[in-house]
Amino acid sequence: MKGRIFHIVKKEFLQLKKDKKMLGMSIIAPILQLLLLGYAANIDTKNIPVVFCDMDNSRISRNYSETITNSGYFVKIKTINDINEIDSYINYGKASIGIIIPVNFGKNIISGKTVEIQGIIDGSDSNTATIGMNYITMITREYTQDFLIKKTEKLKKININTQKITPEIRIWYNPELKSRNFMVPGILGLLLMVTTLMLTSLAIVKEKEIGTLEQLIVSPIKPYELLLGKLIPFIIIGIIDIILVLSVASLWFKITIKGNEILLFFFSITFLISTLGIGLFVSTIASNQQQAMIVSMFFIMMPMMYMSGFIFPIENMPFSIQIITYVMPLRYYFNIVRGIFLKGIGFYELWFDFLMMLIIGSIIFTISILRFKKRIG
Amino acid sequence: MNDNIIEIYNLTKKFKTVTAVDNINLKVKKGEMLGIVGPDGAGKTTAIKLLCGITIPDNSTGRMLQYDFIKEKEKIKNHIGYLSQKFSLYTDLTVDENIEFFAEIHRVADYKTKRNELLQFTRLLDFRKRLAGKLSGGMKQKLALACTLIHTPDIIFLDEPTTGVDPVSRRDFWKILFDLLKKGITIILTTPYLDEAERCSRISMMHNGKFLIIDSFKNIKKQMKGFIFEVVTAQIRKTYKILSDISAIDEVQTFGDRVNILIQKKELIEKVKKALKSEKIKIISVNEISPSLENIFISLIKENLKKEKK
Repeated sequence: MKGRIFHIVKKEFLQLKKDKKMLGMSIIAPILQLLLLGYAANIDTKNIPVVFCDMDNSRISRNYSETITNSGYFVKIKTINDINEIDSYINYGKASIGIIIPVNFGKNIISGKTVEIQGIIDGSDSNTATIGMNYITMITREYTQDFLIKKTEKLKKININTQKITPEIRIWYNPELKSRNFMVPGILGLLLMVTTLMLTSLAIVKEKEIGTLEQLIVSPIKPYELLLGKLIPFIIIGIIDIILVLSVASLWFKITIKGNEILLFFFSITFLISTLGIGLFVSTIASNQQQAMIVSMFFIMMPMMYMSGFIFPIENMPFSIQIITYVMPLRYYFNIVRGIFLKGIGFYELWFDFLMMLIIGSIIFTISILRFKKRIG
Repeated sequence: MNDNIIEIYNLTKKFKTVTAVDNINLKVKKGEMLGIVGPDGAGKTTAIKLLCGITIPDNSTGRMLQYDFIKEKEKIKNHIGYLSQKFSLYTDLTVDENIEFFAEIHRVADYKTKRNELLQFTRLLDFRKRLAGKLSGGMKQKLALACTLIHTPDIIFLDEPTTGVDPVSRRDFWKILFDLLKKGITIILTTPYLDEAERCSRISMMHNGKFLIIDSFKNIKKQMKGFIFEVVTAQIRKTYKILSDISAIDEVQTFGDRVNILIQKKELIEKVKKALKSEKIKIISVNEISPSLENIFISLIKENLKKEKK
């Protein structure tokens, strides 16, 4: 029995070795994707380009705009005088935010009058817009407060202790709030899904397409031998990918795994059960490689990517969509990867995700095997 | 025990609306070569797939070798070989690797000697390191055959083995088949070519899922009642029309530049000549010919269609 499975695995690797595209897809693509996404998938908002329209041009107005740029979140593109010029800066995307400081800004502040500044924000990138707006509001509030304190002190020549509550926020698990720390572990999930799910379905459908599956059916080979023989190579590739991603994450991106590596590895294997199962399932419904590719890409992987919390938090989704996410194994795997990677939590906290992943994986796998067996007969 | 290596009864397979194979009974002796002929869509491929166990029959009983056709399907698989229409091979593996893989999954212990033998036999020795995908059509077919023979099967099933293969390779292939027959291997093949079928020890003619007849070419010929005349005229279309209207003629078949007619009495041919002359058609020649497989096949199909209509 063992012999036949071994020979199929051997044949599979022989084919993989010669098929440069498949090899690339399984080993090189993950590294490339990891590097690209590690750098490009950056949703941190820093260096927002700002254009100032300083109509006051006083010491105070200059000081105010410097305070904004010195915060580190903004970069001054230019200071202009004509209010109409702002349009072109925003339209051409040269600046995301335009700040208009009105005439008599400094004078009014000194005389204690309320001043209004206008901010024009490019809302087409809503993420940057909201974050930028919040920062500006915050900086402005602090600026006025400081100004007020200084002024009062000067007037009365005393030190006042203003009662202000300053929240001291401490961010856990990802103190620098780097999105890379959040993304890279997630990519492990994506890559494992892409390589194992797609490659499995392609490899099985290929046999169907060129007709060798029929030859195998006529041979005394048993369905389970064929199945294991086809799946084992992709389990091995999956394991190689896990090791690859973990090494690149820790050695290149310096994101160290806070939790237990062995546990992460063990959970990853559980996740493979579901991706291999889905891959097998796709191979039973597709009759050629293109179909397998399209089905796995658009009907399985894309929705999973968007709906498992890789980019968009599940908590923000409408309730009906949230329900769907419960059947997606990737959702649990993301929790596990991020949990172990960043929080360093263990089985005690993650048992539910593990259990769900195992249950869903087993169901998918069983259905797929039954379908596969029926076809092999 | 009788000497039938295959004895199958009531082989039937229905797909949604069509009955692809309709209640076929089949007995094949060891060392025989059975050719299944029929037009496209007759059910030849389905019949072969049912016999190999790729497709599961709706209803069937029988024996193949010493095993029960249904219950001991897995045991049968050790002793049969199948060559599909597409010569299914791993195109990204070499000739050697292909044979090696099929040997291994059949657990052929010492396949190397056998492989050399087969490569020599199929004249592929010089190409053993070449990728299967880079072989010509004829060579692919021979390699596929070598793969089906690696475990020394007793029966091989070939599904249109010569379709899409050049005439020289075709002749080569048939030489190989006859060598196999000499070794006592039983061969069942389908073919759309009637000339190929004539070389088989027995022929079964398939139409709409049924075997219309299954016998040796000699016996099939004997079954043909009447005489066949070949009529060549200057206006073949008009001739066909005129002859079709004469009720004494059982059948008229056109073959491009000539018309074949089936009549029960030789004297009737004079009536035919007269009829053509009265229509002022120039007769080039009229000869009695021995019925070809094509004649018999077409007349059998027509008969079958008439029966089905009733």
